[in-house]
Amino acid sequence: MKIRSMAAALAVTVVLPFAAANATDLEVTHWWTSGGEAAAVAEFAKAFDATGNKWVDGAIAGAGGTARPIMISRITGGDPMGATQFNHGRQAEELVEAGLMRDLTDVATRENWKEIIKPASLLDSCTFDGKIYCAPVNIHSWQWLWLSNAAFEKAGVAVPKNWDEFVAAAPALEKAGIVPLAVGGQPWQAAGAFDVLMVAIAGKDTFYKVFKDRDAEVAGGPDIARVFKAADDARRMSKGTNVQDWNQATNMVITGKAGGQIMGDWAQGEFALAGQVAGKDYTCLPGLGVNDIISTSGDAFYFPLLKDEEKSKAQEVLASTLLAPATQVAFNLKKGSLPVRGDVDLAAANDCMKKGLDILAKGNVIEAPDQMLSADSQKQKEDLFSEFFANPSMTPEDAQKRFADIIASAE
Amino acid sequence: MTGQAHTGRPSKLLRNLSSKIASIPMMLTAVVIFLGGTIWTVVYSFTNSKLLPRAKFVGLDQYERLWDAPRWIVSIQNLAIYGFFTLVFSLVMGFLLAALMDQKIRFENTFRTIFLYPFALSFIVTGLVWQWILNPEFGVQSVVRSLGWTSFTFDPLYNADIVIYGVLIAGLWQGTGLVMCLLLAGLRGIDEDIWKAARVDGIPMWKTYLFIVIPMMRPVFITTLVIIASGIVKVYDLVVAQTSGGPGIASEVPAKYVYDYMFQAQNLGQGFAASTMMLITVAIIIIPWAYLEFGGRKRG
Repeated sequence: MKIRSMAAALAVTVVLPFAAANATDLEVTHWWTSGGEAAAVAEFAKAFDATGNKWVDGAIAGAGGTARPIMISRITGGDPMGATQFNHGRQAEELVEAGLMRDLTDVATRENWKEIIKPASLLDSCTFDGKIYCAPVNIHSWQWLWLSNAAFEKAGVAVPKNWDEFVAAAPALEKAGIVPLAVGGQPWQAAGAFDVLMVAIAGKDTFYKVFKDRDAEVAGGPDIARVFKAADDARRMSKGTNVQDWNQATNMVITGKAGGQIMGDWAQGEFALAGQVAGKDYTCLPGLGVNDIISTSGDAFYFPLLKDEEKSKAQEVLASTLLAPATQVAFNLKKGSLPVRGDVDLAAANDCMKKGLDILAKGNVIEAPDQMLSADSQKQKEDLFSEFFANPSMTPEDAQKRFADIIASAE
Repeated sequence: MTGQAHTGRPSKLLRNLSSKIASIPMMLTAVVIFLGGTIWTVVYSFTNSKLLPRAKFVGLDQYERLWDAPRWIVSIQNLAIYGFFTLVFSLVMGFLLAALMDQKIRFENTFRTIFLYPFALSFIVTGLVWQWILNPEFGVQSVVRSLGWTSFTFDPLYNADIVIYGVLIAGLWQGTGLVMCLLLAGLRGIDEDIWKAARVDGIPMWKTYLFIVIPMMRPVFITTLVIIASGIVKVYDLVVAQTSGGPGIASEVPAKYVYDYMFQAQNLGQGFAASTMMLITVAIIIIPWAYLEFGGRKRG
């Protein structure tokens, strides 16, 4: 008797929270925590709340490298959130294969995602076995060089128009006590900067041969050797950066302590937050001013498979909210990224965003390494380049040999 | 069974039954979670598991890749340097402090609290504090420079050759107080009469410490050694907070390699191989020692 009543009492305590919880609360995890990013994600929350549901914000501080393990272990550990950010590409590949993610094909066909999402490669990255598993929300491109106009004025040289001029201007900047190129200590920054140099210097074809076809011979060949030479310049110019986070490095450019930074267009959110104006306070060079090409990776939302029917419905609402034209404009203006649909009006876009839109319209786009290489190979690359940028005694030739090995063993 | 019934004594299995039942949960935890988890990890280190564990065996591939990875080699070297100096310095400094405390000084409680206080801070806080102290822009270097020595340079965290010593300083600052407390307790356990006898015989104080007191404190030293050693092997959060492995990969440690490859690189097999290597390293040190320590005593 006693045991039975106790069991009943226990059962009640287990059931109650489920019954009491509002079924349309959706927890959304993401790693957008810097000033510009937080302002942008608030736009999503506002739009989702307006549909009568509730956005429960699950921001995880410390960039993707810290946040992704937490998200993945929650999903694989049986405590999935309502929706979660990943970079689209291969990061969530295995979660999809394991059947932990929700198929969004219904929503996608209903809302005609195939037609509206431009460029199509974004949706391709979300597609596994013909089914769509994620909603891309923005296009981020890595291939930007941000320059501080004030720093060049102080050094008495003209603001460079391409990478070579920038390298030539470095001694003058150094003489004025300015670090020519800010590269933060986080490993992905060094690896990313190298990829950008590769597109700019070796061109699109070589870039694809290395990352898509995983041709180790090309990776060890003369074209990539030139890229490593440039990376060697970048390493020399970045000496004395002494900061960790990317936004601290961007802040060095904003305050004129550094001449420039190779960073994705998310840096623009920081410039905007600091009240700086593109073209007047800072200059941006897509493709380092050498090769007007941008990559089209970015962020996407994935929806873990949930048992709760109400929540599953709310997931559908969220998916279509994220792609609604009004949300796309509001979010991307704050974030500094480009919208995923070509049919929205971005009249309020600034100089740099217009440059980006222009390149996008011309179709000068490439896939990002994230979409072509596994997380494992990316991590090996990060290890290599963070060592290369920190260790002046490592020769470009040695580094290239190790780079070719990584490409050869990539799967 | 019948023999036992004949003598009327309860079976060996049933003796102290209640205490045996009480220890079942802990035994289950130890066997299933610790031992089971360890075996599972070792087995899966021979597979090519990526994000999720998959039983597709690839032999020693993961280990070959591990020992080819420059970052793993650097991690092992760092652990060796950090481990050796932590062991030596925290024992020597801890014992010196404890011996000084033992001289019946005034305000002993106050000093003891001050020395032990860093231990109350987590490694994350310790790491951040020392990151700021050692930062050339506003730490020790800038203070000394503002006093007039403008060419003074002290930036261990930004110099790949000596960064691990910067981590070491923070580790010692945090851990030495505990060693001091443990050894002080050991010193207090030494009979006062021994000191008196030594004094009567005219043995100088340092000799008394070195040849009489320290050998008598063997059990305390062993406890201290185990505590320090386990702290060395698992060092992770200090590095993450202070340098996040940088500059480059110069201050990486094995535990961080395991975490990064398991979760960031989504390569469980590689992470498992690295953690198995850590287990083997610990086993190589502990098994001969345990054999000498416990095996010898049984025979003697």
